[in-house]
Amino acid sequence: MPMNSPEKNGVGKEEAFRPKIVAFCCNWCSYAGADLAGTSRLSYPAEVKIIRVPCSCRVNPTFILRAFGRGADGVILCGCHPGDCHYTTGNYYTRRRMTLLFSMLDYLGIERERTRVEWVSAAEGAKFAETMRDFVATVTALGKNRRLEDLRCRN
Amino acid sequence: MQKIGVFVCHCGTNIAGTVDVAAVAEALGKLPGVAVAADYPYMCSESGQKMIRDAIREKELGGVVICSCSPRMHEATFRKAAAAEGLNPYLVEIANIREQDSWIHRDRAEATEKAIVLGKAAIEKVKRNAPLTAGESPVVKRALVIGGGIAGIQTALDIAEAGFPVDIVEKEPTIGGKMAQLDKTFPTLDCAACILTPKMVECAQNEKIRIFSYSEVSKVSGFVGNFRVTIRRKARYVDETKCTGCGECTEKCPQKKVPNSFNLGLDNRRAIYIPFAQAVPKVATIDADWCNMLKNGKCGVCAKVCGAGAIDYKQKDTFIEEEYGAIVAATGFRPISLSRYEEYAYGLSRDVVTSLELERLMNAAGPTGGTLLRPSDGKHPHTVVFVQCVGSRCEDGKGKSYCSKICCMYTAKHAMLIREKYPDTEVYVFTIDVRTPGKNFDEFYRRAVEEYGVHYIKGMVGKVLPEPDGSLTVRASDLIANEQLKLSADLVVLAAAVEPDPSARPLATLLTASMDTNDFFTEAHPKLRPVESPTAGVFLSGACQGPKDIPETVAQAGAAAAKVIGLLAKDKLVGNPCVAHSDEMLCNGCSSCEKVCPYGAIHYEEKEFRGPNRTVLKRRVAAVNAAVCQGCGACTVACPSGAMDLHGFSNSQIMAEVDAICR
Amino acid sequence: MQELMKARAAALLSEGKVNRVLGWAAGEFVYDVTPTVFESREELERDFVYSPFCGANLSKYLVKEARKEGKILVFLKPCDSFSFAQLVKEHRIPREKVYAVGVECYGKTDATALRSLGITGIVGAAEQYGALTLNTLNGERRVTVAEAMLEKCKSCKTKEHRLCDELLGEEGEPVSDCSRFEEVEKVEAMTPEERFAFFRGELSRCIRCNACRDVCPACTCETCVFDNPASGIAQKAAADPFEENLYHIIRAFHVAGRCTDCGECTRVCPQRIPLHLLNRKFIKDINEFYGPYQAGDDPETPSPLTDWKPDDVEPGSAVRKGGRA
Repeated sequence: MPMNSPEKNGVGKEEAFRPKIVAFCCNWCSYAGADLAGTSRLSYPAEVKIIRVPCSCRVNPTFILRAFGRGADGVILCGCHPGDCHYTTGNYYTRRRMTLLFSMLDYLGIERERTRVEWVSAAEGAKFAETMRDFVATVTALGKNRRLEDLRCRN
Repeated sequence: MQKIGVFVCHCGTNIAGTVDVAAVAEALGKLPGVAVAADYPYMCSESGQKMIRDAIREKELGGVVICSCSPRMHEATFRKAAAAEGLNPYLVEIANIREQDSWIHRDRAEATEKAIVLGKAAIEKVKRNAPLTAGESPVVKRALVIGGGIAGIQTALDIAEAGFPVDIVEKEPTIGGKMAQLDKTFPTLDCAACILTPKMVECAQNEKIRIFSYSEVSKVSGFVGNFRVTIRRKARYVDETKCTGCGECTEKCPQKKVPNSFNLGLDNRRAIYIPFAQAVPKVATIDADWCNMLKNGKCGVCAKVCGAGAIDYKQKDTFIEEEYGAIVAATGFRPISLSRYEEYAYGLSRDVVTSLELERLMNAAGPTGGTLLRPSDGKHPHTVVFVQCVGSRCEDGKGKSYCSKICCMYTAKHAMLIREKYPDTEVYVFTIDVRTPGKNFDEFYRRAVEEYGVHYIKGMVGKVLPEPDGSLTVRASDLIANEQLKLSADLVVLAAAVEPDPSARPLATLLTASMDTNDFFTEAHPKLRPVESPTAGVFLSGACQGPKDIPETVAQAGAAAAKVIGLLAKDKLVGNPCVAHSDEMLCNGCSSCEKVCPYGAIHYEEKEFRGPNRTVLKRRVAAVNAAVCQGCGACTVACPSGAMDLHGFSNSQIMAEVDAICR
Repeated sequence: MQELMKARAAALLSEGKVNRVLGWAAGEFVYDVTPTVFESREELERDFVYSPFCGANLSKYLVKEARKEGKILVFLKPCDSFSFAQLVKEHRIPREKVYAVGVECYGKTDATALRSLGITGIVGAAEQYGALTLNTLNGERRVTVAEAMLEKCKSCKTKEHRLCDELLGEEGEPVSDCSRFEEVEKVEAMTPEERFAFFRGELSRCIRCNACRDVCPACTCETCVFDNPASGIAQKAAADPFEENLYHIIRAFHVAGRCTDCGECTRVCPQRIPLHLLNRKFIKDINEFYGPYQAGDDPETPSPLTDWKPDDVEPGSAVRKGGRA
């Protein structure tokens, strides 16, 4: 794992590293999928905090950068599957925007595993939980986000 | 500072079993701006709601946060409770601590900590909420149906049946569309005219229905509930109110050489004509391209023979403007042009016809009086070859990539009808495969093969060659037998792919309704909203949305009518207040937002602003029509200047949530 | 060329076809050329220059200038004309208020590059057939244009104009061996750690002077988000790495799909940060993921970020591809 100095993760220590994860979920598919995960009692780590947006296309790249700036270690964006958008085409725009943004972050040397887009339908509670478990594990392994954070926001 | 009230729900033990609700209330109560924080076993219960209402009243709360189940469950409940106490319902936010917290976590400390964070985020969001009021707009209780084929007719009849006035705009001189040209209909083989013409007459007689035939929509403005439409009534040179449809003029007109478009040019008609006997309205129309009087002022026979004095050579196009609450697109389809398919000799031999032409050749009211005769020599054909998928399921770019859906069934029908009437005629059908999903459809096809002895061959026709003796040599492959075939045929029938009527594209532009790459109208949702366009107030009926047979068209027409009736039954439309809005001081007028709006809700205005040194600056700025906007927010990200924002999910609200979660 | 341009501008002014002329004026030093609006023949005669140092792209000034009374003449080099066309496409410039005159260009000169070649005290410069003759206080010096070219000219994509009313000089052709993505590819080939270190090294020099934004023809917002307190990302001094990252990523993203790769950002950066590497990465990605697209090329093609295809690449796999293994 690149750029992971051992003390960062604190793996094996008493106080394990717990990442901060922001999950943007569209109201119609993914937020409902998250609710279904809850209704089905499918557990995923509490590090994930969901922000509800009407559509994945509402998510401005600024929000994602802001999250990293304020100390998030991973940001995931969930929307309806392409072709199933409640607003017909919103997630198609999301897909292009995030493709370019993530590619840029990767180009700047930010760990590409810290960002993710996942399409989760309202019926995919299990997929939602599984996705979050996997994402948290990935970000935990990466350790603290240091490359893209605003130091002044540290307490 | 705004006073916020925080209410933490136990949901029995659903939340309280895992989350220390008292600790959550205590922690959130200490946050700046929070005036009251309390927990209660069931916030959604009457007494729970009373607790919230009392607090709003007594503490003069300016915002409320409920930590409870998903907003998808009870957001509406709590908004109503707040509204009852005079607090704007959009000043209520929900922190989802059940589905997204207590139900998925087992560790009490962890779940409690998360509940506090989620509560904090909701508090930060609600602090930035603005009171929102849903806009109301009245509904014009009249519908417009564009296209008078079976789809438009059925939709109009159903709407009228519910008591709402409806106008049909049809570009041809008569309603009836493609179905009026058909002979028999599958899978029952009843005659098209027998089932269609009564519906046409019903349209004419229903006092709620107005038919604007020989007319086109030329302009559309407004939005759902309040469309303003300009209809161009093309000059037909016959006064509709006077013409009795007696047909005297159509017999006396000396210009006999006009290709009869209703019979697809298989025979000729006069310059003044009534398309067919059961036309609605039964009014004559002068074909200006052929009329000698209109072209060079020499004739005037029709005016002389018209007892009603209905002929008016000076008639001009007129424009009428009407208001509608809903618009239904029912523009239908047409067979594609076969000019790019020389291999089938269409256009080289008159005995190579399209399936629609065959309908006319077999129709009792058609050019041959219903006797199947070769167009070239009027002789009875003894071998008929049908070629399927001419331009359908095509990947070569010449045709269409999609399946035209109706061809397999109508070809089975044609084959069956020929074999029934003329048992001495051999019928061959070349197919990629036969697709017959639909009630009684496969049985119908099997009857064609088993009872009527139609020869179905899996394989495509490579070439049709006209021979000097007037016959047609068909070269094809039989994929099952794995051999090349050479047949001598008297008549070749091409199942041309269907495509949307060319009038659909300009209409979609007028309606700001979206289309797919094939120019079929797009549905608001391919599964759940199949008869609505993404543009609010615009509905889709029939083959303009995709290839369809008659039963399916009628079903969809009825569904579209039901949606229209549902809309027109409302006196007022209450909008969703969580819509986009543009700050015109920041707007560049660059059109980025307009390009990503799926609803056409954004338009541009030239506005005057104060410039430097007391000058007046004119700038192009975006304006959102709140009645049309659905609140997706695509525009807010497309906007480079940040002028576009979304009520209820504003940039500052979402960033405040981000901050609350990350800090 | 300069005299030809002067004469044409003077003629159009006298005929009343245009009311003002947007061009370049001599500064204190010959290499210190400044974009200027000329209102009379006298001003033109006195100050107008078209020299090897006229690298500045004039199109952005039209956003404000075209709002004023009357018609304005503008001289556009091929790369500038793309910016102009893009601004017209975005309704930022009313086309009818501008008389665009295309001028030929074979690469403009970077005074800093001359200095590093040891050429100082320049008092005059002339270019002919790819050779640059410089009068300096220490006598005449000769170099090739290519030796001291502006960064942006090194990867010139075309010598052909867009959207001009007339042309002075000869119309050029697209540069067939334009290799403008080479530098981006070089960065892409690094490991993430190297890339991070590279950009940290470059971006940490940023002093947030906003010159890149102020010169950028795609940055014509009425109020920039970085100047708007309500945007949540308003201007702050670049106090730490995040600020620099945020500013440059957001700026690059805001102009993605609209940036014509005119290279002005890098030209004006007082810290010599290769800012075009960010914009060009977006352009390269857009070309690779959504098919070739050149902003300002034509008025019809939708910008890649306001368009989509059902089978567009997914963000995850796009990043994994990213021009690398």
